[in-house]
Amino acid sequence: MATYLQQLLNGVTLGSLYALIAIGYTMVYGILRLINFAHGDVFMWAGYWVFFLVVLFHLPWWMAALCAVALTALMGVAIERVAYRPLREAPRISLLITAIGVSFLLENLIIVLPWAGGRQKPYPTPAFMTQIYQAGNVRIQGVTIWVPLIAAACLLGLIFLVYRTKVGRAMRAIATDTETTALMGADINRVISYTFLVGSALAAVGGILWGCRYPRLQWDLGIMPGWRAFTAAVIGGIGNIVGAMLGGFLLGLAEILIVAFLPGLSGFRDALIFAILIFFLLFRPTGLLGKPLKEKV
Amino acid sequence: MKFRLAVLAVAALGVLGLAQPIKIGCLLEFTGGCAAYGQMARDALEFARAVGIVPTEVLGRPIELVYFDARTEPTEAATGATRLIQVEKVVAIIGTMCSGPFLGAAEIVQAAGVPMIGPTTTNPLTTQVGDYLFRACFTDDDQGPVAADLALSFFGAKTAAVVIDVAQAYCVGLGKYFIEAFEALGGKVVATLYCRTGDVDYTAQLTEIMRVNPDIIYTPNYYTEVALMARQARDLGLTQPILGADGLYAPELIEIGGAAVEGIHFTTFWHPDLATGIALRYVEEYRKYFGRDPDAFGALAVDCYLLIVDAIQRAGSADPKAIKEALQTADLEVITGRTIMTPQGDPIKDFVFLKVENGQFVYATMIPAARAAEIKKLMGK
Repeated sequence: MATYLQQLLNGVTLGSLYALIAIGYTMVYGILRLINFAHGDVFMWAGYWVFFLVVLFHLPWWMAALCAVALTALMGVAIERVAYRPLREAPRISLLITAIGVSFLLENLIIVLPWAGGRQKPYPTPAFMTQIYQAGNVRIQGVTIWVPLIAAACLLGLIFLVYRTKVGRAMRAIATDTETTALMGADINRVISYTFLVGSALAAVGGILWGCRYPRLQWDLGIMPGWRAFTAAVIGGIGNIVGAMLGGFLLGLAEILIVAFLPGLSGFRDALIFAILIFFLLFRPTGLLGKPLKEKV
Repeated sequence: MKFRLAVLAVAALGVLGLAQPIKIGCLLEFTGGCAAYGQMARDALEFARAVGIVPTEVLGRPIELVYFDARTEPTEAATGATRLIQVEKVVAIIGTMCSGPFLGAAEIVQAAGVPMIGPTTTNPLTTQVGDYLFRACFTDDDQGPVAADLALSFFGAKTAAVVIDVAQAYCVGLGKYFIEAFEALGGKVVATLYCRTGDVDYTAQLTEIMRVNPDIIYTPNYYTEVALMARQARDLGLTQPILGADGLYAPELIEIGGAAVEGIHFTTFWHPDLATGIALRYVEEYRKYFGRDPDAFGALAVDCYLLIVDAIQRAGSADPKAIKEALQTADLEVITGRTIMTPQGDPIKDFVFLKVENGQFVYATMIPAARAAEIKKLMGK
């Protein structure tokens, strides 16, 4: 029993992290119809920002974390401004290839930066995150409690932003029909910048918490979580924010439970996870919560 | 007059020709899962050449090293081997550090007829691809049984759980040899679990290990994976000793693993405490140069360099085929001790057992190569 409870906790923690990243994919897709391949690398950079600020500038951890969220969010906005906005009228494939280019740029920047490099760096983790709590036979690390709590707070804040504010209404309007929204007098570029700001800030929160849970920094650490979060977004229904959260939790749980119930198949875990992606793409491309699209060309 | 000029020109060309550098390729992992090994190897090679511990010329020609990043990927290693041979025209290759990338480049190197010597490629398959392939270290079909014997006799373990990284030829091979030996010697493997290079979450595997409660955990994986796994194991409350292999000997294990890796033991190639002969000067100068202890990966990379230079010297030529033939009969005192090469490309080397203590890699004991043969006899092999 304790074993299953432990596994469930493991799964919820991982799922919360995927949910935070998945939202960035889904928001950008909802508005620009773009799979932002650089999103996983933005997430990776958040961890490095904390590392740089703590190790090079000796900031206290909480201050470094807050600055890292701000810097990562601005980074997201800058990427959109420099790399995606000039291609607004270009064919979608150009945008996609640009996103892949930005992804490589962000990764290789880490490799050539003298304070980072190709070798792994230890992520600075504050004590309250590594604190261990024992409840019966179940051991809980501080981060296991904090991750779902912080994730839930961020997600509630996001739902408020999207459904209860003017910017949120503009985002939803653009997602439905960009041209008409523009005709109504909304500043499309500003709203898109906000989308990148919010999506990247959430990825930053994800990246910072990810570091606390898995305190190892490496230039490619964003790739796998990025792919997983993208899978989560597809499972939930890409473009749907609540769907991305749901998909994130489901994927995190699935990943842990596959190994928990089928330990002999643990080597096939990734294959099974991506088989789920292929299944959804083939049989339910709109995901769990996505509305079946009539025709959207 | 014209004749004299021509003679001068020919002579000048001859001198230039003789002075042309001999190029040795260094196909090393500078990024990816094993970036630490490649960078430690490059540091050691550059240092040894700068300080003059190794010769920088042979047959009157300067030696030039050409680096290529194998990125810890078999495909990248294959690309690198092709480039080093066809564009850079190297006469021999040092690298790769890991068995998986080595196997990726092996066929290309063999077909081109350029000798390649892996400093730390322990998977037995790597030298079986052909006669141009060598290693400077022991093999995993010996390392696995040595580790199994240590698990049984040193730790008194009767049951073991094994976690294997399925994405690495090294980990899969070594895990298999350990399990075979541990069971043949009377132990029981109660759980075999898998992960993949780049994984960060091991809680599912570890919770399963908690359930079966073995006496020891064996992880034949790279430092990358083991540092995080050890942290999560200790966080979950697993107190069993963790036994690893040569892949753990990188500072990142301790930097990232912190207190969780204290007490981890592993089998490896060398430790600076064991230095004799030319290694004494190597260790002393290395500490002065970098302000840290030398490591086994760098030492073995320098060994490969010395073996190649010695082969060129004895062959009296920098022809790849001649180098290969000379390498097959190498018997040389190098940094990690005397290395006697066999025609198969596998030298006979001793095993070193290290542990992590107070954030340092500390020498525990040594297992002579002959012991590996005894253990294999006990297994009925």
